[in-house]
Amino acid sequence: MARVGADMDLLRFATAGSVDDGKSTLIGRLLLDSKSIFEDQLASVEATSASKGYDYTDLALLTDGLRSEREQGITIDVAYRYFATPKRKFIIADTPGHVQYTRNMVTGASTADLGLVLVDARHGLTEQSRRHAVLLSLLRVPHLVLAVNKMDLVDYDQAVFERIVAEFTAFASKLNIPDLLVVPISALKGDNVVARSEAMGWYEGPSLLHHLEHVHIASDRELRDVRFPVQCVIRPKSDEHHDYRGYAGQVAGGVLKPGDEVMVLPSGMTSTVAGIDLFDEQLGEAYAPMSVVVRLTDDVDVSRGDMICRSKNVPTQTQDVDAMVCWMTTAPLRAGQKLAIKHTTRTARTIVKDVQYRLDVNTLHRDLGADQLGLNEIGRVQLRVTQPLLVDPYERNRTTGSFILIDEATGNTVGAGMING
Amino acid sequence: MSTHADYRLTQLDQLEAESIHIFREVAAELERPVLMCSGGKDSIVMLRLAEKAFHPAKLPFPVLQVDTSFDFPEVLVARDNWVDRLGARLVVASVDEAIRNGVVVDDGKTSRNRLQIGTLLHAIEEGGFTAAFGGGRRDEEKARAKERIYSHRDEFGQWDPKNQRPELWSLYNGRLHAGEHMRVFPLSNWTELDIWHYIARERIEIPSIYFAHERKVIARDGMLLSASDAVQPRAGEMVEERTVRFRTVGDMTLTGCVESQADTLEKIIDEIAVARVTERGATRGDDRFSEAAMEDRKKEGYF
Repeated sequence: MARVGADMDLLRFATAGSVDDGKSTLIGRLLLDSKSIFEDQLASVEATSASKGYDYTDLALLTDGLRSEREQGITIDVAYRYFATPKRKFIIADTPGHVQYTRNMVTGASTADLGLVLVDARHGLTEQSRRHAVLLSLLRVPHLVLAVNKMDLVDYDQAVFERIVAEFTAFASKLNIPDLLVVPISALKGDNVVARSEAMGWYEGPSLLHHLEHVHIASDRELRDVRFPVQCVIRPKSDEHHDYRGYAGQVAGGVLKPGDEVMVLPSGMTSTVAGIDLFDEQLGEAYAPMSVVVRLTDDVDVSRGDMICRSKNVPTQTQDVDAMVCWMTTAPLRAGQKLAIKHTTRTARTIVKDVQYRLDVNTLHRDLGADQLGLNEIGRVQLRVTQPLLVDPYERNRTTGSFILIDEATGNTVGAGMING
Repeated sequence: MSTHADYRLTQLDQLEAESIHIFREVAAELERPVLMCSGGKDSIVMLRLAEKAFHPAKLPFPVLQVDTSFDFPEVLVARDNWVDRLGARLVVASVDEAIRNGVVVDDGKTSRNRLQIGTLLHAIEEGGFTAAFGGGRRDEEKARAKERIYSHRDEFGQWDPKNQRPELWSLYNGRLHAGEHMRVFPLSNWTELDIWHYIARERIEIPSIYFAHERKVIARDGMLLSASDAVQPRAGEMVEERTVRFRTVGDMTLTGCVESQADTLEKIIDEIAVARVTERGATRGDDRFSEAAMEDRKKEGYF
């Protein structure tokens, strides 16, 4: 048997759907069949199920981590799950379907390579599944899987499946979804989850796990525009490394090589990459999401919040930000409000100039009459920032195109923004 | 680091890059961080990642250890070797001293593990630390699966699981009010197997008790505890010599070992890859009391 190793690649995916859609059962099955659930975890869940008088083992109990969740039988927060096959390691951001759905889904989707939306074959597309697809496309999750679950309850009927495929494809054409797979499954019976189902010979696509293992994610990475937000300056101030001065950060885009002509923003000073260090190694190149230290040939002034780019390919430098904002707190977002904004490694203050419209995530309708955003609402917002930010459109770069808004009084994260092109 | 023609990074390289990013963000944004180190494998991996994050400079923060006075001597040896090699400043918070000073109360019934909570919170307050790195991983336990990488603690050191800050992209929010602090978990996305693969790849020193060795043990409550001054056989119990290794290290009175022949990293990795019981379920008495044992201790301010 091939061994789960260190050299695999990593797929992060976000799941959306409610307990009724069988999401927990599906996750439970992926974990069980990939042998990622341990005996003591299963025993604990079996004991709890029995004590509650259930007829079957409730796999949802594996993912409901907090006491109040188990007591109320609901999932409150994003939970992260881990499993691996010999092909890949997977991180699941499991987001609840009902409670605080937008805030949690946006959070889970922000780091996802793939979004998995579940629908019940008996009910077809619901308002909720459309909403999930909209949010995943808004967050620019590059791959989407629609899993049509409970096919066993519709006698594995191809016509039922095709109807949902047609309906979803029509809806998805209005969204930005670069890659879509629709797969008919039964999470309970295991059809098309790990192995291809014999009950659905008419389905010619891959099983869900096969797709998760093979979907091509390497090309999703941004390799054209060099973006290196500086986190901190490394100056050892020791005798051994007396003159060492390096800029530490995580590459947000492009491929950076020693010898490259670069520009430091916002100062506009130019220099050349003298070396790229990762601990005691000198690298020939660095690309996202590598954390490295960049050394320059000239003694230019660089500090946290600055960005190193290629001289002829720079982000937009602006104090005026136009973005889709997801609002995450009860007191609404309104024009005139002052907030802190964190964008890459730069933190500044901002004032809300205008709420242009509120987006109805079920219908994609733009409510131009809206002048505020409530909890879990999304809209287009204009911001004025106290100092220039170095931004790219979110659709081009998920790191340099995103920001969070922080309430300065409470310190809480109250908004998430995606910059428009 | 192995780079590829198609610009792929292995999952271990991605985890390393994410953790290094977290260390640098905290050092840049929070005033007085400290790295909590038990000397166990997870905290040693944290030390390695912190070393890489700031190389060739030294760690820009001290290392904090809570001394339960029931720590395995082999673990303290490994800790001291690491701290010496890194030239880091070590702060030791002693449970015994906390008892003597009335910071915590030893009623004879409370486990050392619980007394650590008060000792730790006192040390954080006394040191004025605003951020404490912990080696917790989300695969360890259900409550941890829902905890943020930046985990906000109020002025009592408590975690409020229902009121966590949303954490998006790699934008961490380190805002604090006076008296509050942040627990930061750079290993959140690592699994037990990742930790072992990384230790093998980096060829770094870990305490010898992780490798199979002969040890005098006492079987108690389904666990094998190391016989020592702190753990003596009770009536009906026998001290036996077995070939064992530890999967986690903690307080000697609560941390059990497992029978194992795995005396190399490669054998340990093979053993973990087929293990059917979680490391905590197998060897930690402190997590066994109730289904919400970890959640309760976390709310109070546990690591």
